[in-house]
Amino acid sequence: MGYQGNFRVWRGDADGGGLEDFTVEVNEGEVVLDVIHRLQATQAGDLAVRWNCKAGKCGSCSAEINGRPRLLCMTRMSTFTEGETITITPMRTFPIIRDLVTDVSFNYTKAREIPSFKPPKDLAPGEYRMRQVDVERSQEFRKCIECFLCQDTCHVIRDHEENKEAFAGPRFLMRIAELEMHPLDEGGRTVAAQESHGLGLCNITKCCTEVCPEHIKITDNALIPMKERVADRKYDPIVWLGNKIFRRES
Amino acid sequence: MAELERHSFDVLVIGAGGAGLRAAIEAREHGMRTAVLCKSLFGKAHTVMAEGGIAAAMGNVNSNDSWQVHFRDTMRGGKFLNNWRMAELHAKEAPDRVWELETYGALFDRTKDGRVSQRNFGGHEYPRLAHVGDRTGLELIRSLQQKIVSLQQEDHAETGDYEAKLKVFQEFTVSDLLIEDGKVAGAFGYWRESGRFVLFTAPSVILATGGIGKSFKVTSNSWEYTGDGHALALRAGASLINMEFIQFHPTGMVWPPSVKGILVTESVRGDGGVLRNSEGKRFMFDYIPEVFKEKYADSEAEGDRWYTDADNNRRPPELLPRDEVARAINSEVKAGRGTEHGGVFLDVSTRLPAEEITRRLPSMHHQFKELADVDITAQPMEVGPTCHYVMGGVEVDPDTGASSVPGLFAAGEVSGGMHGSNRLGGNSLSDLLVFGRRAGAGAADYAASLTVRPVPSEAAVAEAERVALAPFAGDGGENPYTLHMELQQTMNDLVGIIRKAEEIEQALERLEGLKARARTLTVEGHRQFNPGWHLALDLRNMLVVSECVAKAALLRTESRGGHTRDDYPVMDSDWRRKLLVCTASGESEVDVQVKPQIPIREDLLELFDRGELEKYLTGDELGS
Repeated sequence: MGYQGNFRVWRGDADGGGLEDFTVEVNEGEVVLDVIHRLQATQAGDLAVRWNCKAGKCGSCSAEINGRPRLLCMTRMSTFTEGETITITPMRTFPIIRDLVTDVSFNYTKAREIPSFKPPKDLAPGEYRMRQVDVERSQEFRKCIECFLCQDTCHVIRDHEENKEAFAGPRFLMRIAELEMHPLDEGGRTVAAQESHGLGLCNITKCCTEVCPEHIKITDNALIPMKERVADRKYDPIVWLGNKIFRRES
Repeated sequence: MAELERHSFDVLVIGAGGAGLRAAIEAREHGMRTAVLCKSLFGKAHTVMAEGGIAAAMGNVNSNDSWQVHFRDTMRGGKFLNNWRMAELHAKEAPDRVWELETYGALFDRTKDGRVSQRNFGGHEYPRLAHVGDRTGLELIRSLQQKIVSLQQEDHAETGDYEAKLKVFQEFTVSDLLIEDGKVAGAFGYWRESGRFVLFTAPSVILATGGIGKSFKVTSNSWEYTGDGHALALRAGASLINMEFIQFHPTGMVWPPSVKGILVTESVRGDGGVLRNSEGKRFMFDYIPEVFKEKYADSEAEGDRWYTDADNNRRPPELLPRDEVARAINSEVKAGRGTEHGGVFLDVSTRLPAEEITRRLPSMHHQFKELADVDITAQPMEVGPTCHYVMGGVEVDPDTGASSVPGLFAAGEVSGGMHGSNRLGGNSLSDLLVFGRRAGAGAADYAASLTVRPVPSEAAVAEAERVALAPFAGDGGENPYTLHMELQQTMNDLVGIIRKAEEIEQALERLEGLKARARTLTVEGHRQFNPGWHLALDLRNMLVVSECVAKAALLRTESRGGHTRDDYPVMDSDWRRKLLVCTASGESEVDVQVKPQIPIREDLLELFDRGELEKYLTGDELGS
């Protein structure tokens, strides 16, 4: 049942580091996080890794496995062959703190820039009435566990530090969509999505959707509908280009 | 101590789960400068794991529901050991706390007429749990987190500083409270990232640190649940009650080994799932205890009818309180009627259409598919008991959350009394909100009432720093991971779901040994994000809390709720009138004393039939 697996784990801190090779026991039914824990308990007591629920519900143990953004606790060892060397590295888009732990404060900064839910003025608590079919759209986005893998993979910021200031990232553009589609929100959010939070920088390559461990259709259900809502404005580069090519303004 | 970072606040909240965040919101709305200190990232606390829902008698699905019925269910669930005042406040205020979440932006599942939908759960007479599929805890924590952000945005608009009145210190661990002249003066701790120490000066501290499950091997709890608040309270001079009562949730995953203990929501049973043994028998019908006989169906046919006609049928015994179901599963497995991996079968696949299962239980479907290769729409799950919740905790004033130490408050799982000997499913999330809010107000009022604030002494700070650094100084060679595993095995095997005197005594002996070895813990590496060091410091808390559990468990010679004694299998009315109170002197010398339980207020007693009260109360309490 058990076997000795080959792992390469990035170790280091803000000043630098590199991949280290380990041979670790792997047992039936285990996930990559189990192996990391065994590594901590037996060979590298100070190996830094974030984790919490170990059930795919808290979104803490985000990292890159063989270069792909994933949750360590939801990646089963049975998806690899026994002879394969598995490489585990920290999320690339965020600054390194230590080993597999990165500084994700970018996301908390962006969260604070999104105006909050604006409740209806004329309804007291307990008086809210919403139809199930109307809340389901935003409920899908509220499944988000804030693992930030979508932010990690998004090429607008993955290798473009310079875009971080102007771009909220898929997680927080989706938060805007969630509020925009909330049946009782009185915010009015489309202009700000485009002008303040960088919706226009997204060119819908769906990388975020692909890595989402909650299988939220970020691009199709949040980002594209938001783009459609602002599409009659000229700010979107795709719409703008369309205007130039097909409807030359006279 | 040149490198010591210092902050001053009015109210410190330790813990950022439901109770901590709700307390922080309340303290900030009372005008207090408030800090939240949490071990994980903001929004990751263990509350996200709650699945089923928030119990609140809104009466949206069955209009017969009321706070009185909820109160009754809660007292029954706790086998009448509950602090009645807490159970009363909880039942009365829970609906307002749910509706308040909607104003924060929460989106609960809806009824046909657009109100908050409510689902059935074990021990609740009516459909009572507000929910979002089976991810209610995530919705709760995200709504509170987003409310905090909205308050910070208000402060930013006013002052230009998001953190002017409410600041979150994330990935920060408090290792000691600082007490001067018997009053709270502040807290000492370290940044997990850098290992650097921080001194907080504050007159009010709210403990909202959750539970103690990481002292047990099979648990649904995350690494954070190391009993920090329980231990901080003990070392500060406060008392803990009801520590012998630990809830083993009946349905945790049992296979594969790496996920053993992970929770399978009670909603599976609330929505129609049934428990079967390896012979295919629905065994729960054999385990309906005398006190609940009149409330539960005695045939499968009646139990099945209840799902569609609850007014004319009794509920199926799969929905008995958790302690009953956990013991029943334990007995079936012991009798050799368990599954291949030592559990029983929980089956919803033959009870609901596949699309209904994926709609109502999406995260269970996902969890089993991803982690166990089991499709719950087509196959039964294998489940068994898992350490889930501690009913015991800091002894508090019900109305304000104040402990016996001035300035020290507690709310949520770390407080004791509300749930008596056993908590009903769904009563935890409502507990967090009701008593989080009350503790926030209590701590704010106390801070505002002081004319002179205690100041932490430099000596106390130096001592806290010495204790925190001890694992680096030692060369005893004791590995914290090894010690932790031995502690978990000890508690699991000897103070677990079924207990007896000689095993508990053996556990206490082993705990002494572990305590001695803990003094020689040695960690490698340096202070920056070092999990070995963090575990060494958490072990100090786990050991003292485990000793409380074992000592109280040994003294209580009866079986009640989350405390089952093989050698004293019967519930004893005399014991209902006794609370076991734990205190500690020095670092970890635990003492347990018997204290009389507070008698239930007359008008609340009148909510029950005399016949039912006779099952729980003694003759002289009933005036006969």
